[in-house]
Amino acid sequence: MNDQGSRRTMFQVRFHGRGGQGVVTAAELLASAAFREDRHAQAFPSFGSERMGAPVMSFCRIDDKPIRTHEPVTEPDALIIQDPTLLHQADIFGGFRGVAPPGQQSAGLGVDGYMLVNSARDFGELGLDEFVQGFYRDRLLVVPASSLAMTHLGRPLPGAALLGGFAALTWAVSLDSVLAAINERFTGKVAEGNGAAARAAFDFVRDEREALNRKAEADA
Amino acid sequence: MLKQIEGSRAVAEAVAMCRPQVICAYPITPQTHIVEALSAMVKRDELKAEFLNVESEFAAMSVAIGASAAGVRAYTATASQGLLYMSEAVWNAAGLGLPIVMTVANRAIGAPINIWNDHSDAMSQRDAGWLQLYAETSQEALDLHIQAFRIAEELSVPVMVCMDGFLLTHASERADIPEQAQVDAFLPRYEPRQVLDPGEPVSIGAMVGPEAFTEVRYLAYERMRQALELIPAVRAGFAAGFGRDSGGLVRPYLTEDAETVVVALGSVLGTIKDTVDELRASGRKVGVLGITSFRPFPAAAVRDALGGARRVVVVERALAPGSGGIVTADIRAAVDLEICTVIAGLGGRAVTRKSLLSLLQTSELPSLTFLDLNTTLVEAEVARMSAARRSGPSAENLLRDLGITASRIG
Repeated sequence: MNDQGSRRTMFQVRFHGRGGQGVVTAAELLASAAFREDRHAQAFPSFGSERMGAPVMSFCRIDDKPIRTHEPVTEPDALIIQDPTLLHQADIFGGFRGVAPPGQQSAGLGVDGYMLVNSARDFGELGLDEFVQGFYRDRLLVVPASSLAMTHLGRPLPGAALLGGFAALTWAVSLDSVLAAINERFTGKVAEGNGAAARAAFDFVRDEREALNRKAEADA
Repeated sequence: MLKQIEGSRAVAEAVAMCRPQVICAYPITPQTHIVEALSAMVKRDELKAEFLNVESEFAAMSVAIGASAAGVRAYTATASQGLLYMSEAVWNAAGLGLPIVMTVANRAIGAPINIWNDHSDAMSQRDAGWLQLYAETSQEALDLHIQAFRIAEELSVPVMVCMDGFLLTHASERADIPEQAQVDAFLPRYEPRQVLDPGEPVSIGAMVGPEAFTEVRYLAYERMRQALELIPAVRAGFAAGFGRDSGGLVRPYLTEDAETVVVALGSVLGTIKDTVDELRASGRKVGVLGITSFRPFPAAAVRDALGGARRVVVVERALAPGSGGIVTADIRAAVDLEICTVIAGLGGRAVTRKSLLSLLQTSELPSLTFLDLNTTLVEAEVARMSAARRSGPSAENLLRDLGITASRIG
């Protein structure tokens, strides 16, 4: 009767990118990865006419129970930004707050969301230094997903790499599930390249988080 | 087999397992993914069917009529303006009693042009003589197509399976894809009631004057009455064969002790159920009634489900200008209760739990509410229209007020 409990377990992700970058595919891959872990998932685009280069969004919900709602994700627990040029153009941060698991709410910080930005620059260079201060610092990271995709796939399509990084950032899904979802969706060299980019991004984000945590411990 | 799959793809797989012999289509968003997937299956020879790319929706339905009249199982899909463009043939298919199954990926109707979801398209064909079944989830959309062929062919009437454009067609959800053997066991070989045969030529659909036209229409009415009995039987048969409860006339949720019952069709039901759970948690006795079969309209089942309620809130994704709620009119004919109509989700406006929650916490609702209406925007245009005769096109004026030169795309 009371669905409050299930709502707490729901994890909602919003993807921001540009038409042609595989924003919708990335959300579908994340849903597929979660499905492989016996979880319920729902992925959908910001419904519109596809147009190369236009700002687009997609959404993914993950839960332990069937997902009934069909409204857009307006209060995401996590953001995946495929194109950093959108950071100061579109309303990327609308509703972004995040919900920590019970007992792990941050004291005084207020917001517990996760964010992964595709960029080779750091948050300072992206003009977000102040913004990220309010969050658990190891939950907001940049990963050079497009360069990793160029290296491993030969095309600047950052979706798979971002999902690999996202697995290391949030543990919402495992890297193995992301790789399996990639292999189900793609074949041959495209699957191999995307898989390699996802692994590389996973390692990158894992190392970044460890470094940040070591720094935090040292500061403490 | 459980799959994480796009709604359109799930429907295409279900349709393919129903072994249609003729599939004809003209592409229109948001229906296109369904027929694209089917055409790929035909090309790969996984599905033995004739796939016809026609020149318009009018041709799509005309081909379906020809194929069905020649005695084969025919399928097509459309949406929005496409459905309007084929409208004359839509009525013909029903008048001829041809059991065509068509997916309508529900989308608004212009002008102004709008590719997003609402129910205006299917509602415009409400009285065409087709059954209309509305899916709440991708799973139900998949299941309803299998049931639709069974119902259509048993009664010799066409069936429209309505699924919300984008919200279901483009969403990846978990769906249980049946085995071919299960579908084969559930759906018998098509045995047509009438067949056009070049070897023994006859004409069908020719002139019928006042001497028998009323009787033809009476029989159509009678078949719809039979459908009211057949649909629950097919739901039961489907549950037995597939182990899943899908379809039927209506689907009540927490209605037994409900003082307010929210009535709706399609994918918004999921969001409404989440909202109702939240209201229940705060002690409000609210329930939900999903109407799966809008045509035929299951007045008795609706009456049973709404019996104990004090108030009915009908959430509608279409509008009858000059009247109000289209579904409301049928509910009002079925029950003598306080009924409030809520027009929501037109042209793709999101129907959110937040808005529904605030709506349902209001104790005194007017008889007609436009959910999340931007009254400032409306009032500015009303003022403009009273200030000058040549106030210009309203739609463009509203966009200018919003600071948008073209509708947000993407």
